[in-house]
Amino acid sequence: MKKLWLIIQREYMSRVTKKAFILGTILTPLLIGGLIFLQVKLVGYKDDNFKRIAVLDESGILKKAPDNQKNIHFSLFTEGLDKAKKQVVEKQFNGVLVIPKIEDATSQRFTIKYYSDEKLGNDMSDDIESKIEDFIKDYKVSTLGLDTTKIKALKTRIEIDPDPIEGDEDASTVSGLVAMAIGGMMGFFMYLSVFIYGMMIFRSVMEEKTSRIVEVMISSVKPFQLMLGKIIGVGAVGFTQFVIWFILIGLIMTGISTMIGTDSAQIAASNPQMNATMQGVQEVQAGGKMELALTELQNQNWWLILPMFFIFFLLGYFMYASLFAAVGSAVGDDQGEAQSLTLPITIPVIVAIYIMMAAVRSPDSSLAVWSSIFPLFSPIVMPARLPFHPPAWQIALSLTFLVATVIGLVWIAGRIYRIGILMYGKKVTFKELGKWLFYKD
Amino acid sequence: MDILKIDKVVKTYDKHIAVNEVSFSMPEGVIFGLLGPNGAGKSSLIRMITTITRPDSGHIYFNGESLNSSHPEQIGYMPEERGLYKKMKVGDHLMYLAQLKGLSYTEAREEIRHWFVKLDITSWWNKKVEELSKGMQQKAQFISTVIHKPRLLILDEPFSGLDPVNAELLKNEIYELHKNGTSIIFSTHRMEQVEEICDKIVLINKGENVLYGAVKDIKQQFKENLFRIDFTEDQALLPDLRSLNIVEQTPQYVTLKITGNQESNVILRHLLDSGVPIRAFNEILPSLNEIFIRQVGESNIQQ
Repeated sequence: MKKLWLIIQREYMSRVTKKAFILGTILTPLLIGGLIFLQVKLVGYKDDNFKRIAVLDESGILKKAPDNQKNIHFSLFTEGLDKAKKQVVEKQFNGVLVIPKIEDATSQRFTIKYYSDEKLGNDMSDDIESKIEDFIKDYKVSTLGLDTTKIKALKTRIEIDPDPIEGDEDASTVSGLVAMAIGGMMGFFMYLSVFIYGMMIFRSVMEEKTSRIVEVMISSVKPFQLMLGKIIGVGAVGFTQFVIWFILIGLIMTGISTMIGTDSAQIAASNPQMNATMQGVQEVQAGGKMELALTELQNQNWWLILPMFFIFFLLGYFMYASLFAAVGSAVGDDQGEAQSLTLPITIPVIVAIYIMMAAVRSPDSSLAVWSSIFPLFSPIVMPARLPFHPPAWQIALSLTFLVATVIGLVWIAGRIYRIGILMYGKKVTFKELGKWLFYKD
Repeated sequence: MDILKIDKVVKTYDKHIAVNEVSFSMPEGVIFGLLGPNGAGKSSLIRMITTITRPDSGHIYFNGESLNSSHPEQIGYMPEERGLYKKMKVGDHLMYLAQLKGLSYTEAREEIRHWFVKLDITSWWNKKVEELSKGMQQKAQFISTVIHKPRLLILDEPFSGLDPVNAELLKNEIYELHKNGTSIIFSTHRMEQVEEICDKIVLINKGENVLYGAVKDIKQQFKENLFRIDFTEDQALLPDLRSLNIVEQTPQYVTLKITGNQESNVILRHLLDSGVPIRAFNEILPSLNEIFIRQVGESNIQQ
């Protein structure tokens, strides 16, 4: 036990104290934050070309000059068009806006003139149009004698509220979309960590073998201890990294959202990397249902989802990490061989991520249900289904199979590992790996 | 008391018999040569002694007890295929390996300091392994092997990759450990080293024990009763030696095979009486190298 602890310690410390790790852990969130910031800034980028505009109001609907904006400054002009144009030439104004007399208050088309040699950008003309539109609306309401409250009452927003016939859960579209986002994020997270840390173990086992340290090591400790120590140590590294990322990204997100005054969900939604999983949030937004989504987020049963996610995460990590360790022990320094042996491990992970994407769309399809029970896929698919409240028996069945598989695979990996690390210069096939299982110590 | 007793040990891999009913015992405190050509089964045997693998049948006894998982802490093993974690600092690395051998943190630190001072390498503590030359890495490796003061030390080709100066240094350390009572298994195919260092040897070929005993007994066992007589002056004509079996004769020396009941003293006296000026009279014993080649057969040696 003391030896296992020593191994875990070394595996952990040797990685955590590396410059690359420290930089990667701190810089990645900063980079992501920077990218998001840039993106939000660019998407929300408005014409920053400052314009002073003279407004010549022939209609008399303007009681005062339209409110100034950041990049447009309006001033009412009463001295006639010719003089205004002259002042534009003299560069006192960038342009003259002429609002003609309103002939017919019921007309739905209305043209206003803008005199200038400079082009007016799309954003800017949109802004000006909407400002004048508001004035004309007010004018129409008063001339036509309309009731403002009745007009408001004309607007209706329709929402479909799907209610399950059995069970009492409220499954509105918003909650569906929120669940989709949470589920997708968890599945994606699983997928990433299996790859990053699984490959880390794989490389480290290979390195131990090629640097010939391994025979020195196993004259002091059992190969199984060495393998287990490595898996736990690297897992702890991953955990540390994720916690730091989580905190830093949280801080950066809040920082950005206060800086540009949008909420973090919007920021996340504008990030194309997260598109697949954040689609839910985007759709929620498109419907203007942000508050609803936020309450949905709070309404999630986090006391079930988070611990469950953690358990699936841990089991999934152990399952794939031990597979990577076993395969890593079997290859020498031959890169091609390494690739052909890791492929069979990476395929189920990739298939699982595709199933996960389908599962968040239709979490109760038979594909989603059975893959969330099948142990090779369940660590990725089941967490994605958790926000959709799968029946308890499915979770229990999935966990039972997964635990049994993990125990089995760790044992198998240990059997292969103990032979593999001492095997040099031999081309390894899967048939060979199978034989190693039955080698005596 | 024998520190190690190997009793009819068998180990098979797949269908290949690596070690076939090998038996020998090793008294405590000796330097013991484990010899054999490549692929003879030396490494398989060593792996069983270090509890990395287990024999299919037969028994290994360590200090009279059946070998178990408490014994590796009393064994120091430097494999032929050896290495260290390249990115680790030398000091940290030795601390790690020493603690894995059961030393406490403070014990390990003290022992490492002691060795660093002894070998005059105190500046190494914070150096990364990869910054050291190959020979320096070997030194660090050796420290890691003996840091826990093992009762049994197993060295597999310890001098490979070392320059003569460092090899000599290492040899002196081995002698010192030997003097302090450490039992040492020395595995190599460099016969001159074996002859120089080892008290006892076992020779393994194709997984089987072909020769076992004290170095001087083995030499006696394989001697051909050859004697060489050197003369101080060139002897064109020798007195009557025709009754003797002359193997080689030159004006400077003569090599004789003394057989049966002839005695070396009688021959020597006869020569002295005849007035032949004699500088030396030696028995020619076979070198271990010759014995090795004769036993293993030239076809077996791949190097």
